Amino acid sequence: MKPPRFDYVRPDTVEEALAVLADFGDEAQVIAGGQSLMAMLNLRLAGPRVLVDISRLEALSTCQETGDCLEIGAAVTQADLLDRADLAEAVPLLALALPHVGHAQTRNRGTVCGSLAHGDPSSELPLCLAALEGQVVLRSTRGERRLDAAQFQTGLLSTAREADELIVAARFPLRRAGAGHAFAEVARRHGDFAIVGLAAVAHDGQVRLGVAGIADRPEIREWPFEREDIDAVLNRLAWDLDAADDLHASARYRRDIVRGLGPKVIAEARSCAN
Amino acid sequence: MCFGLVATPPVRYNRTTPREGREPARIMTEIAARHVGQPTERTEDLRLLRGRGQYADDLAVSPRTVHAAILRSPHAHAEIVSIDAKAALSLPGVIAVVTGEDVQALTDPFLVALRQPLHQWSLAVGRVRYVGEPVALVLADDRYLAEDALDLLSVSYRELPVALDPAEAAQEDAPLVHEAAGTNLVSVRDFSYGDPDGAFAAADRRIALTTRFPRHSYMPIENFVVVAEYHEGDGAWDVLANFQGPYSTHPVMARALRVPGARLRLRTPRDSGGSFGIKLAVFPYIVLMAIAARMAGRPVKWVEDRYEHLLAANSCPERVTTIEAAVRDDGTITALRFDQLEDYGAYLRAPMPGPLYRMHGAMTGAYDIPNLAITSKIVVTNRMPAGLVRGFGGPQLYFALERLIQRVAVELDLDPLDVIRKNLIPAHAFPYRAAAGALYDSGDYAKAIEIATGDGRLDDLIRRRDAARAEGRLYGIGFAAVVEPGMSNMGYLSTLLTTEARERAGPKNGAISLATVNVDPLGAVSVSADCMPQGQGHETVLAQIVADQLGLAPDEIAVNLAHDTGKDPWSIAAGTYSCRFTPGTAVAVHKAARQLRDKLARIASNTLNLRPDDLVFTGARIQARDNPDNAVAFARAAGVAHWAPATLPDGMAPGLRETAAWTPPELAAPTEGDHINTSLTYGFVFDMCGVEVDPITAQVRIDRYVTMHDSGKLLNPLLAEGQVLGAFAQGVGTALHEEFVYDSEGSFLTATFADYLVPTVNEVPRPEILHMESPSPFTPLGAKGAGEGNCLATPACLANAVADALGIADPQLPMTPKRLHALMAARDEPAP
Repeated sequence: MKPPRFDYVRPDTVEEALAVLADFGDEAQVIAGGQSLMAMLNLRLAGPRVLVDISRLEALSTCQETGDCLEIGAAVTQADLLDRADLAEAVPLLALALPHVGHAQTRNRGTVCGSLAHGDPSSELPLCLAALEGQVVLRSTRGERRLDAAQFQTGLLSTAREADELIVAARFPLRRAGAGHAFAEVARRHGDFAIVGLAAVAHDGQVRLGVAGIADRPEIREWPFEREDIDAVLNRLAWDLDAADDLHASARYRRDIVRGLGPKVIAEARSCAN
Repeated sequence: MCFGLVATPPVRYNRTTPREGREPARIMTEIAARHVGQPTERTEDLRLLRGRGQYADDLAVSPRTVHAAILRSPHAHAEIVSIDAKAALSLPGVIAVVTGEDVQALTDPFLVALRQPLHQWSLAVGRVRYVGEPVALVLADDRYLAEDALDLLSVSYRELPVALDPAEAAQEDAPLVHEAAGTNLVSVRDFSYGDPDGAFAAADRRIALTTRFPRHSYMPIENFVVVAEYHEGDGAWDVLANFQGPYSTHPVMARALRVPGARLRLRTPRDSGGSFGIKLAVFPYIVLMAIAARMAGRPVKWVEDRYEHLLAANSCPERVTTIEAAVRDDGTITALRFDQLEDYGAYLRAPMPGPLYRMHGAMTGAYDIPNLAITSKIVVTNRMPAGLVRGFGGPQLYFALERLIQRVAVELDLDPLDVIRKNLIPAHAFPYRAAAGALYDSGDYAKAIEIATGDGRLDDLIRRRDAARAEGRLYGIGFAAVVEPGMSNMGYLSTLLTTEARERAGPKNGAISLATVNVDPLGAVSVSADCMPQGQGHETVLAQIVADQLGLAPDEIAVNLAHDTGKDPWSIAAGTYSCRFTPGTAVAVHKAARQLRDKLARIASNTLNLRPDDLVFTGARIQARDNPDNAVAFARAAGVAHWAPATLPDGMAPGLRETAAWTPPELAAPTEGDHINTSLTYGFVFDMCGVEVDPITAQVRIDRYVTMHDSGKLLNPLLAEGQVLGAFAQGVGTALHEEFVYDSEGSFLTATFADYLVPTVNEVPRPEILHMESPSPFTPLGAKGAGEGNCLATPACLANAVADALGIADPQLPMTPKRLHALMAARDEPAP
């Protein structure tokens, strides 16, 4: 479990990082907290020619409210975010979901944007970004662009990031007045990858439900409060996600979680809305 | 273990007074135990918590050392057609590639307990038989380069059909794991005690069930480490490894290397990062690295990584048990019949098939059942070879036996606790000879259960269950009563052989422990012994024992249990396994200290003009029992033996160094009728719990868990508590989380910690621990083995509770949400 040989670059500026990415393209791999990448390197599942460490870039270490979003820099750790005193007010869904992300030890290193970049379909943070309709900010020597969550994650461990692009920030919409949020997760142990993760946002007569852990990326559905056939809606969603069997859960188990836990999460979000 | 960081509920102790006329014969009552029995904090912790432990990987090695990496088989069963190492050898920094051909030329196959041609070398020879089997070894300047070279090795395989499921592998038409054996079912033995046929014929009811105990292991934080060096001049090896014993494996290694034992010096470091039985299985790698070191002419170091460890280090055997009880309508069990099929994987590695026979004398558990029939079958499959895992045959037995007790209660509509109580061995029957030959030393099982269920504990569980069920929740209560063996009879494995074969081979019995206590010219005391501590706190306990004998404080006793077969005392029973420390090594240390005390008393009696019997050792002084002023300093008396040997009493050897050996007479060889006293001490554990199963997620929540232990005299209650907490956590893992899973081709699906789930502190509630003490009459300290009890009891207890909660007859281990959901889900799923 030793990684193959690679070069290591720790740029001093974002521009320098972008230049390395422009030079090496898909032979370069960005590392921030390394909580997924280091294991992949050690298992030789990843073999980059050069590793670009952005974890100490000052410019990416900030987390601030800009307009109607909380903009989280690419070097901000999950622990940094969870430590924000106003997080439950600013982005309540993140405050609910972050304790489920790994463990305190992994959150000390793992970054918010790293989790988005990795694109694991059972991860909590991509689910939150999708449920809140947030954005990812990408930059390269060619310029900057913003992608909506739904455009950014394209499937299992894959995103729309180009090889020369660096994720510089994620933008999570601030809580809208009167909105209610709920998060629930079923995992074998505390801190494990979700077998099913559920995030609900209730606002303005609409409920939006996101599901992680079943399809190859978070799936979002939205419907008005007054719909009475919630069980039927959730049953359809459960089947739509095309669940598969694996070591820890059967497809049927996953579908039953959506049917069984879905109504509770929705009810919880609605009860927090006003 | 608790160091005041965690709020601990008080541990309660109940001492049973020895019954009249049954005074334990060998307890030496004249020396007051000032330190033994106290909850002394561990002296080891200061260095361990500061990161100053001395683990195998921490120790300095020669700068000439090269580093090894192992290429492992991707196939469960295949012929090795060719190995091309050219590209690997041309990589700069690569020193050598070792293959099965080298190993076959330079070593002999490992000895096997059965007379069957199940040849295993330290690398695959000609054929691979499980995924993860070592195929080639690369030596390079560092581990990174060695792994780079692994990627360049090219091996061509011809795949063969696989035998995976134990029952299928035992069929006549199954693909053969070892063609030379002609069968995968390599051993079948039938045993009968009492009159099982008569009892079954006369029974009101016959109640049976089949259980499958899954493959799993327990995970040490530290993996295997071997550093091997060959000394050309001596024709001898010097090996450092985190081996744990049993040292009956040392002759197996020496024979494989074709040298006398004295030319295989094996050293173990002072500290080990967890073992749980697993570190026995480092031994094939010791032989492999030894050969590699000889070929390279340089020391070789290998550190196993986690992927290798999960894939191929060790597994407990899978056991399929069909157990049947002959029962009277009132719940009395008159006979048991076991049919056990145990899967040992691709090779029968020494000392396998231990788990199938370690409990053999005690198969009737805590119950007074006179009639017993056992069929024990061994099957080989294309899976990782089995080895020691904490519990060692006990969890497999008790999952079948205690599930059966619960089934008897359900079938007869009785309270499970009543079925347990009705069949318990009565207190007046000890020492009790069990049907298959175990000699249970002491106990009062009914009283233990009375204490555990008392103080409202059982009432509370019933109240919780009633309240939950009234709300429609899924709540159940489970029990398990378990006899916990301590210190194995070295002869138990020969029960596997027929009487005639045993006679030919010569008797095997006993279990030798060896220890040395030394006093230097200034009176400083040091101890070495034949155990390999893995976190238990052996240094602390041994210091307590010696301090009591010599009238010193425990911190005046230096205990270093780093072990060296070239210099320290050891026997084939040496090691730390099967709960042998307390009934074994601790006794040898006690005896050695006692011999020193006797010698010092004679020296002091000369000086003080008193009889040795009139002296007491206290406060670093040796003084007259009735006149403390008439005294000599301990160091002064010790100095005499070194500085003035001519003044010693007649016949006394000079110096102060005593080695003591201990083997208990109760550990006799198997009888002609296959009766065997498999262990020396037999503790008792009674577990009781309440669990709730979530109706949506099918997850099991342990609501309340009570565990009652009688381990005889507790040498250090704090350490005993640590053993209980650790075994309980692992028992929870076995019950709910841990399983090695193979797919239908024999590929291994649980080779990372994302797939092989070990419970963390979040998943393990703190159990309520209760103790009582029925001293063992067979050990001088009255103490019994206490390291495995909850590994035996907890999986069965939790399974009984889940069975009660869900009303199911066959909870499979581990009771994962996936498995329970399949049992709980409505038959028809809503259509899309």
